[in-house]
Amino acid sequence: MPCVREEYDICVVGAGHAGCEAALACARLGFQTIIFTVSVESIAMMPCNPNIGGTSKGHLVREIDALGGQMGINIDKTFIQSKMLNSSKGPAVHSLRAQADKAEYSRRMRMTLENTDRLTIRQAEVTELMVEDGRIQGVKTFSGAMYFCKAAVLCTGTYLKSRCLYGDTVYHTGPNGLQSADYLSESLRQHGIELFRFKTGTPARIDRRSIDFSKMQEQKGDETVIPFSFTTDPEEVQIDQVSCWLTYTNPETHEIIRKNLDRSPLYSGMIEGTGPRYCPSIEDKVVKFAEKERHQVFIEPEGLYTNEMYVGGMSSSLPEDVQYQMYRSVAGLEDVKIVRNAYAIEYDCIDPRQLYPSLEFKKIKGLFSGGQFNGSSGYEEAAAQGLVAGINAAMLLKGKEPLILDRSTSYIGVLIDDLVTKENHEPYRMMTSRAEYRLLLRQDNADLRLTKMGYEVGLIDQERYEGVMEKERLIEQETERVQHVNIGANALVQKVLAEYESTPLKTGITLAELIRRPELSYDALGRIDEGRPELPADVREQVNINIKYDGYIRRQLKQVKEFKRLEKKKLPENFDYDQVKSLRIEAKQKLNLYQPVNVGQASRISGVSPADISVLLVYLEQMKRKNS
Amino acid sequence: MSTETIAAIATGMTNSGIGIVRISGEESFPIIDRIYRSKNGTKKISESASHTVHYGYICDGEKVIDEVMVLILKSPNTYTTEDTVEIDCHGGALVLKRVLETVLKYGARPAEPGEFTKRAFLNGRIDLSQAESVIDVINAQNDFALESSIHQLQGTVKEKIRQIRGAILHEIAFIESALDDPEHISIDGYGERLMRQLELLSSQIRELLLSSENGELLKEGINTVIVGKPNVGKSSLMNALTGKDRAIVTEVAGTTRDLLEEQINLNGITLNVTDTAGIHDTEDTVEKIGVEKARASLNRADLVIYVADVSAPLDQDDKRIFDFLKEKKVIVLLNKSDLQQALSEEEICSLTGENNYPVLSVSAKEGDGIKELEQVIRKMFFQGEISYNNEILITNVRQKSALEQALESLDMVRQSVQDQMPEDFYSIDLVNACDALGKITGESAGEDLVNEIFSKFCMGK
Repeated sequence: MPCVREEYDICVVGAGHAGCEAALACARLGFQTIIFTVSVESIAMMPCNPNIGGTSKGHLVREIDALGGQMGINIDKTFIQSKMLNSSKGPAVHSLRAQADKAEYSRRMRMTLENTDRLTIRQAEVTELMVEDGRIQGVKTFSGAMYFCKAAVLCTGTYLKSRCLYGDTVYHTGPNGLQSADYLSESLRQHGIELFRFKTGTPARIDRRSIDFSKMQEQKGDETVIPFSFTTDPEEVQIDQVSCWLTYTNPETHEIIRKNLDRSPLYSGMIEGTGPRYCPSIEDKVVKFAEKERHQVFIEPEGLYTNEMYVGGMSSSLPEDVQYQMYRSVAGLEDVKIVRNAYAIEYDCIDPRQLYPSLEFKKIKGLFSGGQFNGSSGYEEAAAQGLVAGINAAMLLKGKEPLILDRSTSYIGVLIDDLVTKENHEPYRMMTSRAEYRLLLRQDNADLRLTKMGYEVGLIDQERYEGVMEKERLIEQETERVQHVNIGANALVQKVLAEYESTPLKTGITLAELIRRPELSYDALGRIDEGRPELPADVREQVNINIKYDGYIRRQLKQVKEFKRLEKKKLPENFDYDQVKSLRIEAKQKLNLYQPVNVGQASRISGVSPADISVLLVYLEQMKRKNS
Repeated sequence: MSTETIAAIATGMTNSGIGIVRISGEESFPIIDRIYRSKNGTKKISESASHTVHYGYICDGEKVIDEVMVLILKSPNTYTTEDTVEIDCHGGALVLKRVLETVLKYGARPAEPGEFTKRAFLNGRIDLSQAESVIDVINAQNDFALESSIHQLQGTVKEKIRQIRGAILHEIAFIESALDDPEHISIDGYGERLMRQLELLSSQIRELLLSSENGELLKEGINTVIVGKPNVGKSSLMNALTGKDRAIVTEVAGTTRDLLEEQINLNGITLNVTDTAGIHDTEDTVEKIGVEKARASLNRADLVIYVADVSAPLDQDDKRIFDFLKEKKVIVLLNKSDLQQALSEEEICSLTGENNYPVLSVSAKEGDGIKELEQVIRKMFFQGEISYNNEILITNVRQKSALEQALESLDMVRQSVQDQMPEDFYSIDLVNACDALGKITGESAGEDLVNEIFSKFCMGK
C-alpha cells in the first residue's frame, strides 16, 4: 500500500511542555526535527493549574533557562501575576511563581516552535515505534505514514490510553476532551517496555461573573517582579498584575463530600491508577485530615481574555451534581457557575528505571523520553526532562557524551536521578527537601551552575557564556575582598550599626563578620566600606549570600566532594553482576536489573548495602589492574 | 581518594600489652594536633618529620586520657597511602576505647569493617592477589557488624533511639512541608517551639550517652557461656555467680530451654554470662531449639565454663560437648562436690586430652569454690588469655559516636535558631541528626521524610 514516508533526524512525540523543549533543543542543535501532536491547538497547553514555577519548580525553570531552554522566556512574556515565595526564608528556598495567561502561553510557545529553523510541526497520532536490532528506526502514525529517524523522544504526557472520570461518568479522552493516544502503549509493550498506570486530577473552572469576591481575600503579586529568564530585562516584567483570591472550605463543604464519597470513582474502586499525595483531591484531604475544619481555596484567573477561573485546592472526581453542591458551599461561590467540571485522569506511563540518566531507554538505543510519560507530574518537571532528553538525542547523533547532571549540580539532576534510580509509586513532584545540597542549588545561582553546560552543549551563545564567566569572576573577587576589609569602631560605623539596631563594636572586626549579623547585609554596609567597587545587583546578591551563609555553604561543599567520589566511578554498560561473587543476592538482582551508570547511582538503589558498594569498588579496581 | 578521615583500633583488645589506634585520611594530622600534648606541652606534632615516634599524652581538652607513643606517617608512604597516625596506648582495653572515642570526637569517623585495607587496595598499595581476601574481610566483618549493631542493641534502647529519631523526623517534615507549601502551612514563631523540643531531645540523647558510658547500650564484656548436660547445675552456677535466683532450678532435666543472659562484674572485669540449655540428644522440639541456641552462643563465646556433675558418670553427651569446644578457652567445673562422687578429675582430663583446661571442684548450690573460679577467670584475663569481645566494644564506640554526632547536630540547630537563621537552615542539621541516629537503627531519611510530610501535613493544590 502506498503511504507517506518521510525522513528526519529526530522525531518528538507530543508537544506539551516536555515535547516543546525537546524539539526546540534538537532543532537548535542543528537536527531536522519533527514534532507530533494530536492537536496543534494544544501545543504547550496548561490543562491544570494556571501557573509556572512555585517552590522547587521555580528552581527548575531557572535551570532550564540557564541550559538554554524556552520555558523561562515564554512565561516572562505571558505572565499576569508574579510572586517570590518564601522570601522571608533563606535564599535556598526562595521560589518564583507566576500566574500565566494560559492561552497566551500556549500561543507564544507555538509561535516559537513555528519559527524555529529545522523544526516541523505535524498533527498526527503516533501509534507505533519502528525498532530494529534494539535501535529506533522511526515512528508510524494512525494513517500508516512512516517517519524514519535516527533518534526519537517520547513526551506523551497523560495521553496514553487516558480516561477522564467524575462520578460514574467516564470519557475515553486526554485532558480537556482532547483525543487520547490509544495504540502506542501496545507498541511499547511489544518492545519490552513496562508500563504503570498513574492518575491525577484537576479542579473545576468557574465563571468569574458568578463569584462574590467581597467574601474573599485578595492576593496580589509582588511589587517588584523578578523575571524567570536570566536573559529577560527586569524592566520589561514590571507590568500591571491581576489578583488571585483566597477563600476557604467549611464544615458544610466537608459534610457534602463525606456524604457522597461512595459516588467518587476514587473511593468506589473505579480508578486503578495511583494518585499523587502532594496534590490530593478535596475528597482525600477531607478523609485524611478529618480534624481540619477548613482548607484553603485559591481562585486564580486563567488569562486576561477569559472569565474562566481556576479553583485551586479543590480538585475532585465527584459527580457533577455533587460538584455544584460542594463548590457552592464555599464562601463567595454561593451562586457559582461551572464552566468545566473537575475530573480525575488516568493514563499509562513507564517505570522510569528503564531509562539511563541520559533519559535514553536501556533496551532501545536512540529512544528517549521525558515528562509525565516518565512518571513525573508538573509542567516544570516535564519541561526539564524534555530539555535533557532532547539535548541527549542530539548528543547521541553528534557522537558526543550525554549531558548528565548529577545531584550536586541542579534540581534537574535530582529529579532525573530520583526517577531513574528510586522506586516510585505516584506521579513524582519536585520538592526542595529532595535536594540534599539545596543550599548550593539556589534559584539565584542557576546561571552560575549551569550556563557553562548549556554553552558546551551548544544552546547558549558565546556572549551569554562570557557574561556569566565575568559575573563569576566579580563575585569571587568581591567575596575575597570583603573577608579582608577591617572595620574599626569609629563614630560612623557605630552610627550605621545603630540605624540597623545592631550591637555597637567594641574592637575592630572584618566586614564579612558584620555582614553575617542577621540584621545586616552586604548592601546595608556600603557607607562604611570605603574601597567598595561599583557592582551590579546580581553580583552583590551573590556576595551577600556567600558571606552570610559561608559556614553552611562550606559544609555542603564538603559533602558534595564526598558524594562526587562515587559518582566518578563509572560502571560498565550491560554488566553481569553475577560475576562479582561476593555481592549479596539481592544486590546482584537489583544491579543486573537497573544497570546503574556509576557506583554513586548504585549506592542509591534500595537493596544495595554499603558493604556491596565496598565489594563493587574493590572489584572495579581489580578489573582495572587486570586490564592494564 | 576519599576525603573522610577514619579511625579504628588496629589491634586486638586484650587487657595486656599495648594497643594501637590508627587514623587515616586528610584530617589525621589536624586531629592529632588537637588531642596530642607533648611532655613540654608546646610541640605541634604534625610538623615533625614522617615516620617519627613521639612520646606524650592524648587529652580531651584538659582531661588526660592516656600516656602514649604517637607515630606520624605522611602520605604517600603509608599503608593506605593517606596521611596516617598511629597511637600506641598502654592503659588496657578500656583506655584504648577511650582514646578512640576522643579521636572520633575531634573529627574522624569510625572505620567501616576492612576499610583501611580497602583504602590500601584502592589506592594501589596492596597487590591484586590480595583483593579477594579484602572482599572477604569486608563481608565477614560486615555480617558481624550488622548482627551486633542491630540485634545486640537492647530492645528498650533501640526503641528509645527510634522514638527520638521519629521526633526529629517529624520536625523536619513540618519545616519542609511549610517550605514546600508556604501558602497552606505557616511556620511563623516556630523557632521557639523547636528550641523547647531540641532541649528535650538533646537531654534524651545525653541520657543514652550516659548509659553507654556504663556499657549498657551493648553488653560489653567477656562473652562467657555456661554449658553442660541437662541438670548438671548450670543454672545454679549462674545464680551463684550473679547472686540472683533468675534461672529456674529444678530437679527436672531440661528446665532451661532458652538462653539466660546476665552481666556480672568481677572486680572490674565484666562478664556477659549466658546460661544455656543442657546439650544432649533430644526428641523434644522445644528443647531441641534450646540446644541449637546453646551451640550458636558457643560460637560467639570468649570463655566457656563447662559444668559436669560429679555425682554421675561421664557419657557420650559429654564427649559430644567437648567436641564443640575445640579452640575455645574452657574452665571445667566439677559441680555438686557436696554429693557422692561418681566421677574423678582424671576421667575428665582423659576426655579433654591435651587441652589442659583448668579444673575446679565447686558446689554451686552451697557456693563452695565460686571464689576460686573468680580467681581463675581474673588470672586468665590479666595474662591476656581471654579478652573483651572486640566487635562489641567497637560497635559500642560506633553507636556512641553516632549519638554524639546527633547531639552535636542538634546543638548546631540550636545555634541556627539563636543566630536567627531562616527556618530552612534548621533542617540541614536536623537531617544530619536524623541520619546519625539512623545509622544505629538501620533506617535512612530519604523516603521516610517524604512519607512523613505527606502523612502528617495536608499539602496544597
